[in-house]
Amino acid sequence: MVPVKRKHKRLTFVGLALLLIAAAAGLVLSAFEESIVFFHSPTDIVEKTPVPDRRLRLGGLVEEGSVERQPDAVVVFRVTDMANTVNVSYRGILPDLFREGQGVVAEGTYAGGLFTADEVLAKHDETYMPPEVADALKKSGKWNEMSEEMKRQGMINKGAQQ
Amino acid sequence: MIAETGHFALVLALMVALVQATVPMIGAHRGNALMMAMDKPSSYSQVLLVAFAFGCLTYSHVTSDFSVLNVVQNSHSKMPMLYKVSAVWGNHEGSLLLWVLILSLFGSAVALFGGNLPPTLRARVLGVQAMIAVGFYLFMLLTSNPFLRQFPIPLDGKEMNPLLQDPGLAFHPPFLYLGYVGFSMAFSFAIAALIEGRVDAAWARWVRPWTLAAWTFLTIGVALGSWWAYYELGWGGWWFWDPVENASFMPWLAGTALLHSAIVVEKRDTMKAWTIFLAILAFSLSLLGTFLVRSGVLTSVHAFATDPERGVFILMLLLIVIGGSLVLFAIRAPALKSTGVFKPISREGGLLLNNLVMSTGAAVVLLGTLYPLFLDAVGGGKVSVGPPFFNSVFIPLMLPMLFAMGFGPVLAWKRTDMVEAAKRLKLAFIATGLVLAAMLAIAFDGPFMGIVGITIATWVFMATAVELAERIKLFSAPRQALSRLLRQQRASWGMTLAHMGLAIAIAGMAGAGGWKVEKIQTMVPGQSVNLAGYDFKFMGARRAQGPNYTIVEGTFQVSEDGNPVVTLHPEKRNYPVRQMPTTEAAIHTLFMGDLYAVIGDPEGSEGGFVTRLYYNPLIAWMWFGAFVMVFGSVISISDRRYRVGAPKGHASGKQVGAKA
Repeated sequence: MVPVKRKHKRLTFVGLALLLIAAAAGLVLSAFEESIVFFHSPTDIVEKTPVPDRRLRLGGLVEEGSVERQPDAVVVFRVTDMANTVNVSYRGILPDLFREGQGVVAEGTYAGGLFTADEVLAKHDETYMPPEVADALKKSGKWNEMSEEMKRQGMINKGAQQ
Repeated sequence: MIAETGHFALVLALMVALVQATVPMIGAHRGNALMMAMDKPSSYSQVLLVAFAFGCLTYSHVTSDFSVLNVVQNSHSKMPMLYKVSAVWGNHEGSLLLWVLILSLFGSAVALFGGNLPPTLRARVLGVQAMIAVGFYLFMLLTSNPFLRQFPIPLDGKEMNPLLQDPGLAFHPPFLYLGYVGFSMAFSFAIAALIEGRVDAAWARWVRPWTLAAWTFLTIGVALGSWWAYYELGWGGWWFWDPVENASFMPWLAGTALLHSAIVVEKRDTMKAWTIFLAILAFSLSLLGTFLVRSGVLTSVHAFATDPERGVFILMLLLIVIGGSLVLFAIRAPALKSTGVFKPISREGGLLLNNLVMSTGAAVVLLGTLYPLFLDAVGGGKVSVGPPFFNSVFIPLMLPMLFAMGFGPVLAWKRTDMVEAAKRLKLAFIATGLVLAAMLAIAFDGPFMGIVGITIATWVFMATAVELAERIKLFSAPRQALSRLLRQQRASWGMTLAHMGLAIAIAGMAGAGGWKVEKIQTMVPGQSVNLAGYDFKFMGARRAQGPNYTIVEGTFQVSEDGNPVVTLHPEKRNYPVRQMPTTEAAIHTLFMGDLYAVIGDPEGSEGGFVTRLYYNPLIAWMWFGAFVMVFGSVISISDRRYRVGAPKGHASGKQVGAKA
């Protein structure tokens, strides 16, 4: 009697587990369609012109001298990978470590030559550069000439840790 | 000298750990009592050596000894004492030292309180603990030595990251690590049990308090972290589904599952292999969390400067620990015999459902967290998986479990009549229906997830309360109800409080998620903004000086229908050493919600400032709920049965009889 029962019990739970996994997989797949945000460098955006209304992330350096405050808490600035630049507009308080000449990641939509960000990612550490930004700069071939400042900080950091 | 002595103590600790990882294990294998007895003294020497090393580093920090590199990089002579101390673990090397200190503390606790453990089990548990310790000592000594000297000696330090100079974050890492490392106990017990090939009620009774303790600390750590994000980052949010946050949430989910499955092993002698697996999983996810945070492989809003080379070392460590333990599990788990049989509708079934959902939840979070890494590795482009993904997958998964959670405690072991159980919860059904009806009547077009969240929170809370009332026969024999209430076992009090705490926390999440009001604007002095019925009047800003920073402090007078409520003083601080500003939100907590104000940059010529104002309904309930959960868990740990040690067979039998 007992082995039969146990087998039966096992089957019930394996069924339940499979059901859960199937439900999770379904949810994951449907959510992936809509909620995955692709990362773009300014060059990507200029060359490929993404679909309007599609959420995406833009990463690069904040161009020196491009930050301009406008009424009603709007800030506009340009993000560059030293090959191309994209105009960005953001309404709100910029993160504490937002600075000209430094790396930034903004999330929002792109339409008609303007990237409207609803989120500008903060970093917690002034020597931290988001890996995507570093990659975007390397891809545009400008990593070496541009990021002296970043590299200097990186060097200090590295050198000091060893 | 102090730093070198600390370094030397760490090397000695590694040597002791090497002995502890081998000799007692061999002794347990051969049945050599003398070799097994090595476990205790080596555990004690390890904790003394590591504590000494930690003391040395702390001394260097407290005395601002700038000949030590770690102090130079993370401290400054002008920092307040609290942050000089918290700077010890506010950095990579120091946090690892804290990690091994906690690990050795747990180890010595087993040695100290493990008098009634079978000697072979204790020797093996401590041996496994020492193996983990060896990995971490090597990691520290080879890649992250906190005792390096700096020459020439600078005049002052670079200061700790200003965001970390905060009371909430001073204690966040220690609690998080107590949680992470606490799961190493369950892990060591699991590995030892696999080696022994035996898992019984006594084993579960040993594992449970450690798991409970780890879970308690982790809950505190996660709650402190989200609280810090809420008031320090000034975004008005409290959870961002960020990789670093997920890193602490996954072990929490696995730990919650483990907590529940260990009950089944203890009470019903079944689900053994599964429990072992969860123990391995909880610790593996803790290690993964350490790896994710420390390696910088993922873009995180909470990321600090990191070093990929260390990441490779942790990744290796991760592979050895997880791979090794899973191989051992695959070989030995089939030998674990379960005796208890149960029907799907039973307390065991309910606990198993909890386990399955929690593990699926952890898997989903893991998938979302690692997917960007995976896609990038196969050349699929750079993506980010953000809150929309997690919210639309994780929440629907949890809702059915929360519904079932109301039933769990009223189900009997082995088998239950579902209809009978539902009848017992009649009152909870009625109360939940009333709350739902009231909410729909007031705000029919309210946010869907907010209404669902409040409803499910009411259900969990009421079902838990009704179960307690039933247990003390509040309705059938009210006269003795009070004395019965006082005679409840502490472990069951723990369950009741923890479930109620979760319900309160969910109400907070639903309220803050569903009804948050946010306004961003430029305000000139004298200007008012109305938000959720409250008038925020901006009175202007002034400059001031803190110990190691300058302040711009804004003043808002908040009133409701002309009656003053509170005056808020948000600050923008600037730390000159690092040239880094921080935001200090001003928060006033009311029963029904938080008033939250942030001041940004000056704008225009009339003394205007960019301001961000929030009304966050019920948000404080979330942390209060977490507090209640922690309180319940602490009460549960204090249950006498865990301290009496090896259980008598009939005691657990009586337990089952009484409940069934």
